[in-house]
Amino acid sequence: MAKVLSEKFYAEMKKLEPRYPTKVALLLPALHQAQEEFGWLPPEAMDEVGVYIGIHPAQVREVASFYTMYNLKPVGKYHLKICTNVACCLRGADELVEHCEKKLGIRCGETTLDKKFTLAEEECLGACGTAPAMMLNDDYHENLSALKLDQLLDGLR
Amino acid sequence: MSETTLYIQHFNEESRPLDYYLSKMNGYVAAKKALSMQQDDIINEVKKSNLRGRGGAGFPTGMKWGFIPKQSTKPKYLVCNADESEPGTFKDRDIMRYTPHLLIEGMVIGGYAIGSSIGYIYIRGEYTREAKLLQAAIDEAYAKGYLGKNILGSGFNFDLTVHRGAGAYICGEETALLNSLEGKRGEPRVKPPFPAQSGAFAGPTIVNNVETLADVPFIINQGGEWFAKLGKLEKSGGTRLISISGHVKKPGVYELPAGGATIRQLIYDYCGGILNDRKLKAVIPGGSSAPVLTADEIDVIYDIEPLMKIGTMMGSAAIMVVSEDYCVVKLIKRITKFYAHESCGQCTPCREGCKWMEDILHRIEDGHGRDQDLTMLLDIADNINGKTLCALGDAAAGPVTSFVKKFRADFEAHIRGGKCPSA
Repeated sequence: MAKVLSEKFYAEMKKLEPRYPTKVALLLPALHQAQEEFGWLPPEAMDEVGVYIGIHPAQVREVASFYTMYNLKPVGKYHLKICTNVACCLRGADELVEHCEKKLGIRCGETTLDKKFTLAEEECLGACGTAPAMMLNDDYHENLSALKLDQLLDGLR
Repeated sequence: MSETTLYIQHFNEESRPLDYYLSKMNGYVAAKKALSMQQDDIINEVKKSNLRGRGGAGFPTGMKWGFIPKQSTKPKYLVCNADESEPGTFKDRDIMRYTPHLLIEGMVIGGYAIGSSIGYIYIRGEYTREAKLLQAAIDEAYAKGYLGKNILGSGFNFDLTVHRGAGAYICGEETALLNSLEGKRGEPRVKPPFPAQSGAFAGPTIVNNVETLADVPFIINQGGEWFAKLGKLEKSGGTRLISISGHVKKPGVYELPAGGATIRQLIYDYCGGILNDRKLKAVIPGGSSAPVLTADEIDVIYDIEPLMKIGTMMGSAAIMVVSEDYCVVKLIKRITKFYAHESCGQCTPCREGCKWMEDILHRIEDGHGRDQDLTMLLDIADNINGKTLCALGDAAAGPVTSFVKKFRADFEAHIRGGKCPSA
């Protein structure tokens, strides 16, 4: 099996190993690190994580598929995750989602043809005091409005 | 509003560095003091403080620490629950991004008190920035000898690691969190054994919320009695960080003495009232898991017991305010969709019941509701409540039951009229 994970992946893992009494405990950090390299978790990467930790590939998938942050399919360069939970909905998140769908020409869960944008609805982000909120890749954007969102997206095109 | 506050005056970017913590917040003075105390004396001080868990259950922290066996063949662990996933809650984020050293110092003291040299901060995956800020603060603390080997020359060792979650509400439940920490799916465990006997990696483990641990340095510095007296009610010590969101003019985190105000005061005096001066329709008083309150139920002191007495809960101290123009059927449908999405799937009543409730609420909101739907909703909720391994089932059932009972007319109007009356 040809290796797909980088030297950096193994260096990061080496640093973390002494922090845990078992190797399996490294599974979530390893999946985060692998996803950082590809933007998602290709099957080969998950297989290699399994080999590194010493568990069956099915065990890796069983865990990876439980958590929403692990992308099991490729996502666009910009991954928009708009919170539509209670506090954000009370502050207009539904309208924001609709606005984005129209603007990008895709529905939630889809990626634009040019692979630039993926749109997703997200559960509570813990930014309810500054609702509506969303994540753009790893970053939070809060106190959103259609205007602010437009400015943000137009800057990315 | 001139009560003592511990946190809120430090909630800004300037407070984050170690220098600020040392010069303005008595930084690591409590750790130095604690490391020269007997472990039991620290636990007693925390017991005296009436500190109760800030994550949602409100369990007395000192008593919890006391459950850890003195002798153990396995290593003991102190785990900070920084999952902050209860919808409406955003206070721990401020502690982690503005005063991370308070949490670190609290964990050093807690670790010493329970005889643990290994700590983890399990932080929700979405808080990427906060995880980086925490890591930077931990690096500072290691460099200055507040973490690591022989802390402050005491002979006590404590290693602290930030562990990121990956998007799962259920990982805020402590045994699901421990499974997740161990590299498994975040599924709650059967209890007993409780974590104090067998927790992380089968070792005796204490899981405490961020704010709970951050309170500890104040208790050690100023004494348990002082902390207890900050609270306005007999059994609740300290201050509370309250997250207020939804239809208020000034949403945000507020800090008050425990039991220091009613919900009405919080909404109208602290948050400036309802957005656009509309009328109040409903208040969700303790994160989305808490049964709802109507506009005439808000003259209740905002603390654990007073809320329990009127059939709801304070939970993680997260208040969501809803004005009259928002459809409550739409609201409870959204809440129920959340629980259906987040149910881990282990227990049948929760896995199936949450989805059924979501489907029924969906058709009521769409105007396709049937006459028997409300009875069926209450019946399903009753078949979930108390019949699952963890509290997620109750958290899904309680809101549905309370919304149907308290806003029955709104549901009936949808069913009879075949559409949302306000649409």
